[in-house]
Amino acid sequence: MPRSAVRRAGSPFTGLRPVFMKELSDHLSSVRMLVLTLFVIVFGALPVGFALNDLRNVVVSDPYLFLRIFTVTPERVGLSFIEALNFIIPLMAIGLGFDSINSEFNRRTLSRVLSQPLYRDALLLGKFLGGLATLAVALVALWLIVLGAGLLLLGLPPRGVEVARGIGFLVVAIAYGGVWLAVAMLFSVIFRSTATSALCSLGLWLFFLILWPMIASVITVGFTPSQFTSIDQMVAVAELGQALERLSPNILFREAVVGLLNPETRSLGFMLPMQMRGAIPGAPLPLDQSLILIWPPLTGLIAGMIVLFTVAYIVFQREEVRA
Amino acid sequence: MADNVIEARGLLKLYGSQRAVDAIDLEIHRGEIFGLLGPNGAGKTTAILMMLGLTEISGGSVEVLGFNPVREPLEVKRRVGYLPDSVGFYDHLTARENLAYTARLLDIPRSQAGRRIMEALESVKLADVVDKRVATFSRGMRQRLGIAEIVMKQAEVAILDEPTSGLDPHATFELLEMIRGLKRTGVAVLLSSHLLDRVQSVCDRVALFNKGKIALMGTVVQLANQVLGAGHPILVEAQGIDVAAALRGVEGVQSVVPEGPQESGGGAWRVMADRDVRAAAAQRIVSAGGSLTRLADLQPSLEEVYTRYFQEARHAA
Ligand SMILES: Nc1ncnc2c1ncn2[C@@H]1O[C@H](COP(=O)(O)OP(=O)(O)OP(=O)(O)O)[C@@H](O)[C@H]1O
Ligand SMILES: [Mg+2]
Repeated sequence: MPRSAVRRAGSPFTGLRPVFMKELSDHLSSVRMLVLTLFVIVFGALPVGFALNDLRNVVVSDPYLFLRIFTVTPERVGLSFIEALNFIIPLMAIGLGFDSINSEFNRRTLSRVLSQPLYRDALLLGKFLGGLATLAVALVALWLIVLGAGLLLLGLPPRGVEVARGIGFLVVAIAYGGVWLAVAMLFSVIFRSTATSALCSLGLWLFFLILWPMIASVITVGFTPSQFTSIDQMVAVAELGQALERLSPNILFREAVVGLLNPETRSLGFMLPMQMRGAIPGAPLPLDQSLILIWPPLTGLIAGMIVLFTVAYIVFQREEVRA
Repeated sequence: MADNVIEARGLLKLYGSQRAVDAIDLEIHRGEIFGLLGPNGAGKTTAILMMLGLTEISGGSVEVLGFNPVREPLEVKRRVGYLPDSVGFYDHLTARENLAYTARLLDIPRSQAGRRIMEALESVKLADVVDKRVATFSRGMRQRLGIAEIVMKQAEVAILDEPTSGLDPHATFELLEMIRGLKRTGVAVLLSSHLLDRVQSVCDRVALFNKGKIALMGTVVQLANQVLGAGHPILVEAQGIDVAAALRGVEGVQSVVPEGPQESGGGAWRVMADRDVRAAAAQRIVSAGGSLTRLADLQPSLEEVYTRYFQEARHAA
């Protein structure tokens, strides 16, 4: 009897709330969360501290001074805060999710919990949302700390539009975390061993961080003719390269964040000179234009998160619960 | 129907081409303790998981308390308590916190939950460790915590998979006492086990499982009659007369064989009859002038039944 032919009675969300609350409180009180927080502070404090130091010596008045804390690459660190977050967020998400299902299995709590009135849907979704909420709490806290430090050291409050862009950045960061949380949970459903699932999640992360840009450029080079015969051909090759790169969540995150926090960004990709006609170089875009600009990468991140979660859900439905 | 809490008809589970559970028919009555017995890999756990809707059914049907576990798993799981073999709890939480999580999953109102948790923990003698982390619990304590969960749930049916495995004799005894306690509160209990003599003492009915099929089902006495041959054995010890001669005349007696070394003028005899002949045997010995020193009902042992049955099954194969 195929499962799809069977109509189930009762809401799939029965029991979602208690699972979510337990997951959240487990995460927030865990030693692991403490370690991850320390990790964030160490990796986040360096770029932010040096960026603030550099920015204090800037004489020209910059209308987006606050956003520069995130985007400036301090000379002595060589890493901007958003680049640091491109490390920190996936690691946190993987740290929170890599053992979410298989640890229940190994502790032999899975069949006992599933014999209570709830569907597997609620268990998986509750765990995912619990992890996402934990991530959100951590990111919001981090964001507030950076804001506070800026306030103290720069001595002036952020403008409303800067805060709005900052909140947009938080949304992007949480969606990015969601992608890696879904990756980690997918592996935690597939592999019974927590070490294996952690290894696979980290491996995939390294792949997208280091290997994928290289592979994408190798493929693009392979498609490049020895001589361009038309401008259309050139555009096609450039677009191919960009499309390949955008399969990586890291790239999507970077594009969306740069579009938001660098108001001068007019385009996320390749642009022909004639498209630039009429634009004033260096002039910042209004917020709504920036939002339209980052809409594709943001929806890309959210769609990726949903697809990954769905795959994890399908695999989990088919899994045997017995030890 | 009203008196059956679990009804399986032709229940089937295939793993590839292997028939883990091979079209079994099973009925569990309200308020009884039913034992599911069989060697490793017989399919006991698989059958239990299908009743709970925790694994897909390949064929046949099963109803638990009138609900179909495939279509209405939530209704079934709301009413049935399950203790998996080697049950696990969240080690970093206390006994009370573990049960509180289950209570929230069961949607027990907060105002009742605290009291129900404490009562359940008291009923399994864990009241003095409610706020200890489960990481410090022994295996027996974890099993008892699992029973407490079922008590707190106020389940109508309790399904216990190998509840006594890995427990010492004393802990086993205590756990079986708690299972009897469940029965006293009107809960029907389905348990699977290897500890036959222990199971025998609590089960009203048993089913012998072998290679996915139910080989035998009924009360222990019924099974003994089927496997060891009909008859009701008793032990008689008397002095001063020829016991064998005296008892052969009693109606219903089939055989009288000496049990152990015979002393002059007396000894112990194993008497096989087609009914309980203890009263008649006592009367006969006394009226013949003998002195009766011992008269015992020899319960057929489930262990004997089990061993003999599977010996025969192996020979037949
Ligand atoms: N996921 C699975 N895939 C394939 N075969 C399985 C699976 N789970 C169980 N089996 C097979 O199904 C049969 C019945 O297993 P089951 O666990 O129900 O036995 P059991 O009676 O509970 O045994 P035990 O006393 O060891 O617990 C076994 O032969 C086992 O190999
Ligand atoms: Mg088993």
